Amino acid sequence: MICQECGKKPATLHFTKIVNGEKTEFHICETCAREKGEMIPGTPNSFSIHNLLSGLLDFEPSSSATLAQKPQMARCEHCGLTYAQFSKLGRFGCSSCYKHFADRLDPLFKRVHGSTTHTGKVPKRSGGMIKYKRELESLKKELLLRIEREEFEQAASLRDQIRELEKKVAEA
Amino acid sequence: MTQARFFENALSDWMKGKGPDSDIVISSRIRIARNINPYPFPMLATNQQSKEVLDKISEVLEDEDLKTISRFTMLPLSGLNELQKQVLVEKHLISPALANESRNGAVILSDNESISIMVNEEDHLRIQCLLQGFQIKEAWDLANQIDDHFETKLDYAFDESRGYLTSCPTNVGTGIRASVMIHLPALVLTQQINRILSAITQVGLAVRGLYGEGSEAIGNLFQISNQITLGQSEEEIINNLYGVVRQIIEHERAARQKLMYETKAKIVDRVSRSYGILSYAAIIDSKEASQRLSDVRLGIDLGIIQNVSPTVLNELLVMTQPGFLQQYAGEKLSPEERDVRRAELIREKFRKVSAGGVA
Repeated sequence: MICQECGKKPATLHFTKIVNGEKTEFHICETCAREKGEMIPGTPNSFSIHNLLSGLLDFEPSSSATLAQKPQMARCEHCGLTYAQFSKLGRFGCSSCYKHFADRLDPLFKRVHGSTTHTGKVPKRSGGMIKYKRELESLKKELLLRIEREEFEQAASLRDQIRELEKKVAEA
Repeated sequence: MTQARFFENALSDWMKGKGPDSDIVISSRIRIARNINPYPFPMLATNQQSKEVLDKISEVLEDEDLKTISRFTMLPLSGLNELQKQVLVEKHLISPALANESRNGAVILSDNESISIMVNEEDHLRIQCLLQGFQIKEAWDLANQIDDHFETKLDYAFDESRGYLTSCPTNVGTGIRASVMIHLPALVLTQQINRILSAITQVGLAVRGLYGEGSEAIGNLFQISNQITLGQSEEEIINNLYGVVRQIIEHERAARQKLMYETKAKIVDRVSRSYGILSYAAIIDSKEASQRLSDVRLGIDLGIIQNVSPTVLNELLVMTQPGFLQQYAGEKLSPEERDVRRAELIREKFRKVSAGGVA
């Protein structure tokens, strides 16, 4: 195959680029690739993982309800990064971005990792809090149940337990 | 200057050529990515914010418990010249990204250079442990310990369902990248490599050339690492990599034996020619040097060459890179001048270590 740029040398690089969901195939020689600043492995211009991610992120959910909310306008309140910028850069601006773009991240994580939920290490400090939080949630659920059943004695005891735990959380 | 040794001496601990399965696995590395609340990630952090991050991290270095692991030296990137940065990249102690575009970037190195902690790279904190030979589990234990020390002093960005929050979505969850650098000349020679590499990518692992992202495999060296960081625990990730590399090692050993059994004269000839060229060439480019060094390494492992130690080969792997050659020469060199210096350096090293040569 001959290079599609100069039409002289044999094409040695073959790759597919996806920008905004549009697929383009390239067959070029090394000289032209260098000139165009396209993918030459190991150069600063090389096609990075972020370019690739950007291809994944431009993926629009087909549900019209989500589209109606103009998801590209979504913005992280903490660092100011918009979803459009995120999908272009392939990187988050801060830890809050994960919350602000939460409803759009599951498909991305599914594609990249095949999963959406962490199952590994938990930091001891905030990890302790996570344990308390999970305990609190289940106590509160039980409390509602007891109230519904008009089992007020048990409910009172649960209320006390919840207060105790909340105090612990506040102190930690 | 106490930091000079980090630049002048090529030999980090990981290059000593010892350790388990060191005939095939050069080194094992773990990298852990962490960020600190409430600061924006380095890409968006202001100068002031990234400076605060750096200050917080350097405070942890005063921690007495951390000092029981090693003594650490912090090098702010702003205090290094371009050549010094390049040398650290070639020694695998910092990433090209940190060398190129970092605000308040720094690297914290342990005395034996097995631990290097990057500050304000893509994430606030990247803890890296690099050990010689096949010691991926040991590298994880060490990195995990250091992570625990930092965690007691820093408020990590962590989410119950997403895990450790990182700048790039490919690192979220555990934030760990486990990788081994592996020398596979016999699988390349017997043309089994492509089949094996494509199988690797099907089990959630990635293969790259020696100098990381985007670089091609030179000198039959491959870097195999995990791709998935979310949904698998650290132990699962490491055990998966360990198991796959274990199998590749066995395949490579079998291929080497087969080569020696079926085509011994050819292999001895190939190794000896490469040894001869490295011993006498006056000009050699980096690609040829890597290939010839790979042949000699295979020759050592097969007992064809007896007087060269793998340590020298690992050292040359790093020292024949452009940054090191220029550091060694004490001046900036054109590519042609580098090819001459490279040949000179290799000749010198070979002469020093080998009186006899080919057995």
